[in-house]
Amino acid sequence: MSKTQTHEFDAVIVGAGGAGLYAALEASSIPGNRTAVLSKLLPIRSHTGTAQGGIGAALGNVEEDNPEWHAFDTVKGGDYLVDQQAARILADDAVQAVYDLENRGLPFNRTLDGRIDQRRFGGHTRNFGEAPVKRACYAADRTGHMILQTLYQQCIKNEVAFFDEFHIVDVLIEGHRCAGVVALELATGALHVFHTKAVMIATGGFGRMYRTTSNAYANTGDGPAVLARRGVPLEDMEFFQFHPTGIRGMGILITEAVRGEGGILRNREGERFMERYAPTMLDLAPRDMIARAMMTEINTGHGILGDPSQDDYLHLDATALGADVLAKKLPDIREFCQTYLGLDPADKPIPVQPTAHYAMGGIPTDLDGRVTADGEAGVYEGLYAAGECACVSVHGANRLGTNSLVDLIVYGRRAGRHMAEFVRQADLPTLPGDAATHAEMIVKRSDKKPQPGQAAKIRTSMRDIMMDSVGVYRSGAGLSKAVEQFKALRAEAQDVGVGDTNQAYNTDLLEFLESQNLLDLALVTAASAAHREESRGAHSREDFPERLDERFLCHTLVTVEDGSIRFATKPVDTSIWKPKPRAY
Amino acid sequence: MNVVLRIKRYNPETDSSPHFEDFKVDVQPTDRLLDALMFVKRHLDGSLSFRKSCAHGICGSDAMTINGSERLACKTLVRDVADEEDAVITIEPLQALPVQRDLMVDYTRFFEFYRVVKPYLFPAQHVDKGEHLQTLEERKKFDDVTKCILCASCQSACPVIREGTDFIGPAAIVQAARFVFDSRDRGIGARLDVLDAANGVWPCENHLECTRVCPRGIKVTKAINLTKREIKTFKEGGHQNV
Ligand SMILES: Cc1cc2nc3c(=O)[nH]c(=O)nc-3n(C[C@H](O)[C@H](O)[C@H](O)COP(=O)(O)OP(=O)(O)OC[C@H]3O[C@@H](n4cnc5c(N)ncnc54)[C@H](O)[C@@H]3O)c2cc1C
Ligand code: SF4
Ligand code: FES
Repeated sequence: MSKTQTHEFDAVIVGAGGAGLYAALEASSIPGNRTAVLSKLLPIRSHTGTAQGGIGAALGNVEEDNPEWHAFDTVKGGDYLVDQQAARILADDAVQAVYDLENRGLPFNRTLDGRIDQRRFGGHTRNFGEAPVKRACYAADRTGHMILQTLYQQCIKNEVAFFDEFHIVDVLIEGHRCAGVVALELATGALHVFHTKAVMIATGGFGRMYRTTSNAYANTGDGPAVLARRGVPLEDMEFFQFHPTGIRGMGILITEAVRGEGGILRNREGERFMERYAPTMLDLAPRDMIARAMMTEINTGHGILGDPSQDDYLHLDATALGADVLAKKLPDIREFCQTYLGLDPADKPIPVQPTAHYAMGGIPTDLDGRVTADGEAGVYEGLYAAGECACVSVHGANRLGTNSLVDLIVYGRRAGRHMAEFVRQADLPTLPGDAATHAEMIVKRSDKKPQPGQAAKIRTSMRDIMMDSVGVYRSGAGLSKAVEQFKALRAEAQDVGVGDTNQAYNTDLLEFLESQNLLDLALVTAASAAHREESRGAHSREDFPERLDERFLCHTLVTVEDGSIRFATKPVDTSIWKPKPRAY
Repeated sequence: MNVVLRIKRYNPETDSSPHFEDFKVDVQPTDRLLDALMFVKRHLDGSLSFRKSCAHGICGSDAMTINGSERLACKTLVRDVADEEDAVITIEPLQALPVQRDLMVDYTRFFEFYRVVKPYLFPAQHVDKGEHLQTLEERKKFDDVTKCILCASCQSACPVIREGTDFIGPAAIVQAARFVFDSRDRGIGARLDVLDAANGVWPCENHLECTRVCPRGIKVTKAINLTKREIKTFKEGGHQNV
């Protein structure tokens, strides 16, 4: 292995998606702060760029709206597992966040009078649930692409220092003080130690645990997995969102905005089945409800094939929108259908299935993005997290559409600001003498002689088990079995080597590291789901179909130590709205 | 069906020059070419090197030369490039960008050209509160170029760049046009030193190859020509976007 280099910075941000880049803008606007951004992808390839439908903010440009309604919808959508002050901040700050993006050049679609246009999205309502409201600000169906581009452009303007294709393997934590990260450089295969006063983790989601997912190959949960290995607890990992409309078999996302613009879900009889499940919000009910309704339709023989034993699906009918609306507001969706399905949604319904989409859980943080430890231990000094890998928690048990992009901007900024202030007064912590040792061990594990196809077999098993036992519907028996299976797979994975033995551009090694991270997260997801004996939001237990507030109105914290899994709880902030049954 | 992926390989640690290697794979005609490459990587040869992420044509990671033409592997279905059993699909890295390993190319220079056009807003006016206003007409004017995912396909296909010139290339101009035609921007003057230079917009000879290969369907050549015209107008009257 090449020699380890050491770099010194005031702050290091890991991840160059929406959350990482916004934090970088905040950090770099304070003169004198030396900030570096590490990203395993070229920044512009980050997954934020694939976000389609919109970013929610109660601008009221098209119809009456206010942030309080937005906050309430967020709390109710999250099945009351949302921390309510955090949701207030999200909704209140969303308005200025969208203006900031616009002022920095983001090309939103416009209304006739030249303002930012807005459209409907699932679970966003007027006056505490009366009817759908137009709250999603959008740039056609490439809102995330425009956010990522705009933020990257601003970082270039601010001359932010990027370390592209640096893959973190370890975070240095001693006691409760973070002293830096260790990263593998793709171009050379060398390890680099970044010695720093503060670290922010913004590594995005981990949908690649599942067989069918809307998530990019890169979404492997490296940040949460690396921290978990260092004893940091993870929060609410049992809540993983299935988006109702993925392209059948491929999982490619068809944005909820299609339904926001008037698209309708239909079963094999052509029936608009959501009328039976959510009479007020219909096809714009929250995602967990629609995904369950779809699985119920399929399991009772109302899928298009009429055969639940096959990989059945339903129809998303967007024919009523017409070619003109599709071209102006959903051009990429139309193109995906043409490319991957050979059909035009203006003429034919789109075959869809629920697809694994978004991690509600992740690294626990406070309102300033500081990573919190469990129990009385407070926060980790100099360690921050933001974006999909973090859990503030504003999404609770089920995230509303358009709220992730808001989360990136609002909490990416808050965390970035707090971190920038922190590093101004903090001293550089001592670097542990063996800083790179742990990372070297992790990378070295790959030296074993590989068995052909073994890594692929483990990965496929993991994704199948997640899909079949930790998917839309779960049961105690299935989850316990999954936990055991993941333990066995983890043991098996210890012996998987890497075929590619070269130093430079060794993507095989990166896949090896990513697979181990996914397996670790699959284990804690299944274990957390087995632990929560109730149904809430995206976590739906066949053996415990009711929400049980007396026992489970609390966040789950999970820690893995030497193969044993420990749970703790954290109270939910319900200081504004009393939990109620959820109807739409 | 079976197809043969004929892949151009190069490993800087062991090879003195690139060579082709064949992999026979069993695929569905509707599979993405990226799926076939992933199959090779995960089951046949883990050392095959290429970049990928989103797998649906949005992140720009996997532009490569497929049967001689620049395409995204994830946006190309097997049936788009193979029509019969045992068809050979030739896969090479992008042209005109230095090869790092196998299908991976070095984007350093590509992103340098991107940076020098100052791809960020020079606001025409300062807004204290709320948003800039922009009419539908104004917004439409630069819509096409906002789609660019910086995949470098156009760069690879450009005959002027392939000659080894220092032309900043189509992608950088598309990124400049994204602002030059935005009614909220007044940065054309600040970008002139790059755009109006000898290696700026002027080397473009309208070969239209960039437009042909762009996976986002951007009218790249048209954007270059409009930018040339805007530069002339600006130099004559000192105005942008009026
Ligand atoms: C198809 C799709 C459509 C969506 N549409 C919407 C929408 O319309 N509205 C909405 O609100 N939300 C939407 N979402 C959700 C939202 O896009 C994501 O949750 C959000 O973009 C995540 O942003 P992020 O900054 O946390 O992470 P990402 O954008 O995923 O960025 C992660 C970054 O971390 C880096 N990284 C990862 N691991 C490492 C490592 N080991 N070392 C170094 N760097 C690393 C990566 O290189 C990358 O730069 C959508 C999601 C998908 C999949
Ligand atoms: S203009 Fe088209 S081909 Fe060129 S970089 Fe952008 S998306 Fe790729
Ligand atoms: S993998 Fe993202 S464009 Fe192909």
